[in-house]
Amino acid sequence: MARPVGKAHRQDARHESFLRHAGFRYLKLAVMMSLAAILGYFMVDAEPRPNGGSLIGYTLGTIGALLILWLTFLGVRKRAITAGRWKLKGWTSAHVYLGLSLIVIATLHTGFQFGWNVHTLAYVLMMAVIISGLFGIFYYASVPQQMSRNRAESSEVDMLEELADIDRQLEEIAQPLPQPYVSWVQKAVTKTKITGGLFTRLSGRVGNCATAKALDKIRAAISEVEPPLDEQLENVASILARKNVMLERARLHAKYKTLLEFWLYFHVPLTFALLAALLAHIISVFFYW
Amino acid sequence: MGDVFDIAIIGSGPAGLSAAAHAAKIGLSHILLEKTDHLSDTIFKYQKGKHIMATPDQLVLRSDISFAAGSREQTLQIWDEELKFHGINVKYQADVVEITGEKGDFLIRFSNGSELHARNIILAIGTAGNPNKLRIPGGDLPFVQYQLDDPKEYFDEDIIIVGGGDAGIENAMGLSADPEQGNRVVLLQRGPDFARAKPANAAALTQAKEAGRLDFMVSTTPVKLEPGVMTVESPEGPVELPCDRVIARLGAAPPRKFVESCGIEFTGPDREAFPVLSESFETTKQGIYVIGALAGYPLIKHCMNQGYDAVEHINGNTTLKPADEPLLEKVFAGLPGKLDVSGWLAELKQRVSIFQDLSTLQLREFMLESRMHFKEKGKIVFERNDIGSSLFAVVAGRVDIEVDPNNKKIIVPLGDGEIFGEIGLISGRRRSATVRAGTPTILVEIPRRAALKLIATVPAVKRAIDRIATERQIKTIFGSDISDAWMKRLLESSEMMEVRAGEVLIEEGKPGTDIFIIRSGSVLVEKEVGGKQVFLSYVSAGNYVGEMSLFEGGERTATVKAAIKSEIIRLNGDDFDQFLRANPQIRDRVEETIDARREVNRFVEAQKGSFSSVVDLYSSVANFLLEQGLGEATDALLIDESLCIGCDNCELACAETHDGISRLDREAGKTYANIHVPTSCRHCEHPHCMADCPPNAIRRAPDGEVFINETCIGCGNCQRNCPYGVIQMEKMPPKRPGLLSWLFFGKGPGPGQPPKEWVEQNHGLDQQDMPKTAVKCDMCKGIKGGPACVRACPTGAAIRVSPESYLNVTQREGN
Ligand SMILES: Cc1cc2nc3c(=O)[nH]c(=O)nc-3n(C[C@H](O)[C@H](O)[C@H](O)COP(=O)(O)OP(=O)(O)OC[C@H]3O[C@@H](n4cnc5c(N)ncnc54)[C@H](O)[C@@H]3O)c2cc1C
Ligand code: HEM
Ligand code: SF4
Ligand code: SF4
Ligand code: SF4
Repeated sequence: MARPVGKAHRQDARHESFLRHAGFRYLKLAVMMSLAAILGYFMVDAEPRPNGGSLIGYTLGTIGALLILWLTFLGVRKRAITAGRWKLKGWTSAHVYLGLSLIVIATLHTGFQFGWNVHTLAYVLMMAVIISGLFGIFYYASVPQQMSRNRAESSEVDMLEELADIDRQLEEIAQPLPQPYVSWVQKAVTKTKITGGLFTRLSGRVGNCATAKALDKIRAAISEVEPPLDEQLENVASILARKNVMLERARLHAKYKTLLEFWLYFHVPLTFALLAALLAHIISVFFYW
Repeated sequence: MGDVFDIAIIGSGPAGLSAAAHAAKIGLSHILLEKTDHLSDTIFKYQKGKHIMATPDQLVLRSDISFAAGSREQTLQIWDEELKFHGINVKYQADVVEITGEKGDFLIRFSNGSELHARNIILAIGTAGNPNKLRIPGGDLPFVQYQLDDPKEYFDEDIIIVGGGDAGIENAMGLSADPEQGNRVVLLQRGPDFARAKPANAAALTQAKEAGRLDFMVSTTPVKLEPGVMTVESPEGPVELPCDRVIARLGAAPPRKFVESCGIEFTGPDREAFPVLSESFETTKQGIYVIGALAGYPLIKHCMNQGYDAVEHINGNTTLKPADEPLLEKVFAGLPGKLDVSGWLAELKQRVSIFQDLSTLQLREFMLESRMHFKEKGKIVFERNDIGSSLFAVVAGRVDIEVDPNNKKIIVPLGDGEIFGEIGLISGRRRSATVRAGTPTILVEIPRRAALKLIATVPAVKRAIDRIATERQIKTIFGSDISDAWMKRLLESSEMMEVRAGEVLIEEGKPGTDIFIIRSGSVLVEKEVGGKQVFLSYVSAGNYVGEMSLFEGGERTATVKAAIKSEIIRLNGDDFDQFLRANPQIRDRVEETIDARREVNRFVEAQKGSFSSVVDLYSSVANFLLEQGLGEATDALLIDESLCIGCDNCELACAETHDGISRLDREAGKTYANIHVPTSCRHCEHPHCMADCPPNAIRRAPDGEVFINETCIGCGNCQRNCPYGVIQMEKMPPKRPGLLSWLFFGKGPGPGQPPKEWVEQNHGLDQQDMPKTAVKCDMCKGIKGGPACVRACPTGAAIRVSPESYLNVTQREGN
């Protein structure tokens, strides 16, 4: 039968996530590397005791340092879209598992000798980078689905446009209203913040939201005014309520986006601190040798 | 007016204007008749500042009017000046409604009743036609218009738009886009929905109504118009609407009726047909010549050259070589046998039967788009599973078709004049057999668009292709060892049918044994389980359905309906049954394929009692994907939203590899059950975008990629024709500093699509008036490693899939 054949780039429909990439290839590699490191550590009888200065220590140290450099290189790989067979998914997969293997490799490299010095500083920074990476993995695994459900096919631009639209309607409908209602609504239009700084974004809400306040006040006022004003206020309230719902969605969206990103604010700067400490560590080792 | 003109030229577009200029130059008495009050209405209506391109580059311009790439304004201004310079006798507001009489004395009548005599007529009225008029009392009031040039010109008006097609919706959106303008816009639509408009436009309109920016009324028709009010008939009865301005967008009537009323014949009944023309552009009505877009030549340069040529012909020049002669010389260069262009054309007409009925003019046109090949014995023409949709004909020599992939010895030879490649042409799918030159062979390869034009032009070609294609298709499906006698019998009782999307071919539970071969398009197989239609499978062109009932007692076991508009070959069930009985080896082969289908049926049947939600989800996802146009896709980008972290590295990668403009919009588009279909090209089986591209710039690459080449003139037709909104009109952004200087020194905007402000600040002067051209996904054609968007996704959320496998995306187990 004349079945069209698939092209090489077309995925099998049962595509895998980066964690399962190529049947956990890099997880297997990382486990093997770690086992080899452990085996090497206990097999080779270093005198007086294993540390960074022994042969196995040097080997592990070199591997670790190279690994760290390579892990850092992900930042470049991600942005240099060159031709070729590479896939960022494979890189991320390797990054995660080989990055984790550093816990074993580097710890063994220290020979469990810690102190208040630049060596331990480098180790601590490395562990910090790794822990922040673990946070990343956690968010990557849990947030996307929630984010997709929340945005329900509207893009960020759509959300902002819709909010701007609602504001326009509010301004129009509020104009004929008497005071103080006009100024309540106007505040809802001009003073509402969609979101704010890092913590506001992470919380997914905005305290003291001008729209929520206006909605509360107008709702309370409806029962106290004479017709036809009550009906006008009902209308205003329903639009404000719609804005409130939209705001909730936009704020949640900001929250999810931030969750997926903010751990990188630790991961990347700590990486640079680590690189500096690593350099200092290596230089000092060679000087005091 | 008592004078008789040598030539009356109707229509002052590039074609008519060039003709008039040449008539003036050589001193023929002439008159140029133009319906509007300005030259060249089609170009006049381009958007302001539109950059006009002068393609094809290789073609020399042969006209007394100058033309070069430039802005709409420049071009029109130059033409106005040259009109005066040449002393062209032009008459504006001369809307020709009737032509009677014969060569030597034609009578031309205008809409205002006046008349004019001419010995010859050149018709150059283009293809825009006349907008359909608002036919209600008051429909001729001055505030009724049929076009909207600049929506920014109108303030604080009650505007009623009549017609809910794309044009009407786009006008409504434009007029209400800026609330500062304060327009109150109402759109009236006769039907209950906006079925004729693009889904994206319809959705935007609904959204705008919800947002209170405008209003629309469906199932509503205008009844009466008076200054300030329009009365309309709505489902709730008559309503009066305030009205300062009416914009009627009711489509246009193509000029064909008028042209035929002049006694001019067309090549066929289809929409694609053109007037029958001689080599000198003369129609079947002697003395009337047709040139320009109306003759099937939409590029301005062609139009202008033809204006010159037609006047030369009328003036008695019979030896004029068309301006495309050097281009044709190139087409025939490098072939054995020292023939000149006209020699080759004569040879082609004589040897290749499908060319027999063409005029030399038409043949020239086809050959400009076609390619000639010379193949040594044994050389491959194309291979099984190559992508290709062109049609081949053997000019001299012989080719061998290897119909059986398992046995290269089984071949079908084709000799002089025969055609092949038609299955790819019709279905848009991969080649179904390998073809080699059996002797040193000369071939002509006609690209899909030209081949379709050929089919539309010459009915005999259509019949021949239909028959050959059906025969070949039967052979590829059921084996090439079918005897001629059986083939004849099957063909005789077969029937070609066209079905609309959703039309049912086979109904579950009904008797019937006819076989349906899908020639183009695709179908869905569904089964009723627990009162619900459950999706079983998707069957693409080149396959068949309906064979099960032959083995299951003559009752249909599933429902089959068209997924998109499809062409189907229906084989008579009784004949087919007897055919299988007489050919047990073929019967075995058919039964093999049935086993797989039985398996699925059995599985679904087993779920009947405890109808599992898995099956339910599976079929609703399949339906969702088909709604998103994946039924006609050959390769589509999907995003698994359970993995997508919204980093937009996919867009960054696309922009990085494609001149700084991303061809996909990740966030836009629909989502269902975590599967997101972003705004990105589907590389349709039969791309809608290719439909009317004047320079034929949209092509299909050997691997199936639909791409736009550098001859794009920026007319925007493809953008309007793509139902999925994936084509953008863009200027190429300026060059950016490299990645490293950004990383280390913060130079430039960084990787990805640069922000608007940066682009504006950094456009050089030369780029300021650079034209906008169409950009779309080219599936990273020519980039090693394939689609950058997919490669750059860090989590594996972005995947590209082919239609057969995408329906299984839903079966992914965890992640
Ligand atoms: C948006 C857009 C962009 C394009 N860009 C390019 C480009 O960059 N380069 C390019 O080469 N091509 C381009 N084209 C194609 C090109 O503009 C047209 O194919 C070309 O103008 C056709 O020329 P014509 O002389 O045959 O007819 P037209 O230009 O259509 O002229 C026909 C004239 O006849 C008049 N007329 C019609 N009926 C009557 C009647 N009954 N009586 C009297 N007068 C009548 C009309 O008012 C009109 O002025 C573009 C097309 C579009 C729509
Ligand atoms: C010392 C070890 C590590 C170093 C030096 C390191 C460094 C980096 C750098 C430089 C980036 C690029 C960020 C960017 O440009 O956006 C990155 C990304 C990332 N890292 Fe690490 N990393 C380390 C370990 C880990 C570990 C152990 C994990 C997981 C458990 C991890 C998970 C990630 C993830 C998920 C990304 C984001 C990938 C993407 O979205 O493109 N990293 N890391
Ligand atoms: S690159 Fe992948 S994860 Fe990032 S936005 Fe695109 S699809 Fe989502
Ligand atoms: S641009 Fe649109 S019509 Fe053309 S192939 Fe892509 S999706 Fe299909
Ligand atoms: S396949 Fe290439 S051109 Fe198409 S969207 Fe992806 S990166 Fe862009």
